[in-house]
Amino acid sequence: MKLRDIAHSRTGDKGNTSNVSLIAYDPNDYGVLCDYVTAERVKHLFDGIVNGEVTRYELPEIAALNFVMTEALGGGVTRSLAIDAHGKSLSSALLNMELPDDVSSTSNG
Amino acid sequence: MRTIRLGAGAGYSGDRIEPAVELAEKGRLDYLVFECLAERTIALAQAARLKDPDAGFDPLLEARMKAVLPACRANGVRIVTNMGAANPVSAARTTTAIARQLGLHGLKIAAVTGDDVLGDLKNSDRPLDIGCTVDSLGNRIASANAYLGGASIAQALHDGAEVVITGRAADPSLFLGPLIHEFGWAMDDWPLLGKGILVGHLLECAGQVTGGYFADPGYKDVRDLARLGFPIGEVREDGDLVVTKVPGSGGQVTAATVKEQLLYEIHDPARYLQPDVVADFSRVRVEEIGEDRVHVFGATGTPKSGELKVSVGYIDSYVGEGQISYAGPGALARGRLALDIVRERLAIAGVETSELRCDLIGSNALHGEGLSQEAQPYEVRVRVIGRTETLAEARRIGEEVETLYTNGPAGGGGAWKSAREVVAVASTLIPEAAVRTAVQYFKT
Repeated sequence: MKLRDIAHSRTGDKGNTSNVSLIAYDPNDYGVLCDYVTAERVKHLFDGIVNGEVTRYELPEIAALNFVMTEALGGGVTRSLAIDAHGKSLSSALLNMELPDDVSSTSNG
Repeated sequence: MRTIRLGAGAGYSGDRIEPAVELAEKGRLDYLVFECLAERTIALAQAARLKDPDAGFDPLLEARMKAVLPACRANGVRIVTNMGAANPVSAARTTTAIARQLGLHGLKIAAVTGDDVLGDLKNSDRPLDIGCTVDSLGNRIASANAYLGGASIAQALHDGAEVVITGRAADPSLFLGPLIHEFGWAMDDWPLLGKGILVGHLLECAGQVTGGYFADPGYKDVRDLARLGFPIGEVREDGDLVVTKVPGSGGQVTAATVKEQLLYEIHDPARYLQPDVVADFSRVRVEEIGEDRVHVFGATGTPKSGELKVSVGYIDSYVGEGQISYAGPGALARGRLALDIVRERLAIAGVETSELRCDLIGSNALHGEGLSQEAQPYEVRVRVIGRTETLAEARRIGEEVETLYTNGPAGGGGAWKSAREVVAVASTLIPEAAVRTAVQYFKT
């Protein structure tokens, strides 16, 4: 199972900092997101793209996490040489993260 | 309790125009807001103004105003926009002329100025977020604009303006201004101002809260994106919000679309720094209360910092780029060979780059080798892009890709090249008291 099966995501940009949200479709899966999708795992996933820190903010009222990643946009949207200078497609990479088999999702029974 | 209706008519400078007309005609709006100013836009607009003192406002201002002014006038909808960019006064004059051509008499149009702080700032030693001071940019500095809050917009509305045009204002301020004016919210009522910022934040990207930028077939399906309706915020005097859209328009407003936009471009959700307040979205709740109707509540705020963010545009470097495609068996290997050849050619030519990217679009261009699958793509597009000190060197990069036609691997097609000057944006902070805003009025 991939994160895409239990959550959705959107990326935003400010200067050289990217934020990627991760929102559980079913609020009962919020715990899975909190337990498994740590700042460390996200930092590891974006190794080579994110050169700064990854900070995770928790929003239990909407069953969502927000990852803020510094030095993530090739020097900033206005000077980056990347084809996706805004980092808009990073959300799709996060949703591609595999969840271990022993993680049980409410929405997948 | 009184409720007003605000529509978002654009989420960026080039956005679709028809959804704004739909809102003006059928949205039963009190206000129609156009947010059209990206980080870099104002620096480019400033350059246009230097060449022509009447230029420097949004290139679509005339088209948008012509399209929506008649319906706005007929339905009593007031317009707030940052389409003034680097020249709000000229934008207001132009809008006045358009209104006259349309036969709209007695219309009051306001230009909010004061965001341009280049004169005060260019010789200062304030630190920029790129690790140097403002004065160290020397004559490379192109613009400096402070993000204004909602007070001067509210003032213009109080003075009876039906159209308010600003330059750089914080995006949510364009919505906060009307709320301050309509409800008489105090400028130190932090919880209410925080709720007003949430209204602006959710609406300012227009279609991004009504199902745009959301669809993922099979997982998140959205109907009728070609006719996407732009959002309407129904805001109560106590800051309570319902997000909706014109019935029958495309797209959808659901808890999920609202949650995605709630976190868009947010860092610490408890501290969203704005000119008028530090908004706190950390306890915001979202509930669907009907078809395309989502109730959003629980935002609050804490006292503002007293400092304003300033975007500083500067001439950064030159960038040269070239692309060429390969397809069929061995496409990836030929693409890699092409990249090796271009790298060697740039070394032979003595092109100095402070940064060089060699991408294979279709394989590793977006997320690098680490996240790319091992599968062999049917086609790849070679993309070489580098940063140089001179335009001549930037041009050479594209040329070295183009010459792969007759000198490189087999079957290369569709070569393309470009070279351009890069105007980049950095930011700093200045005390709010150092910025003097003013409002100028025009009448038809």
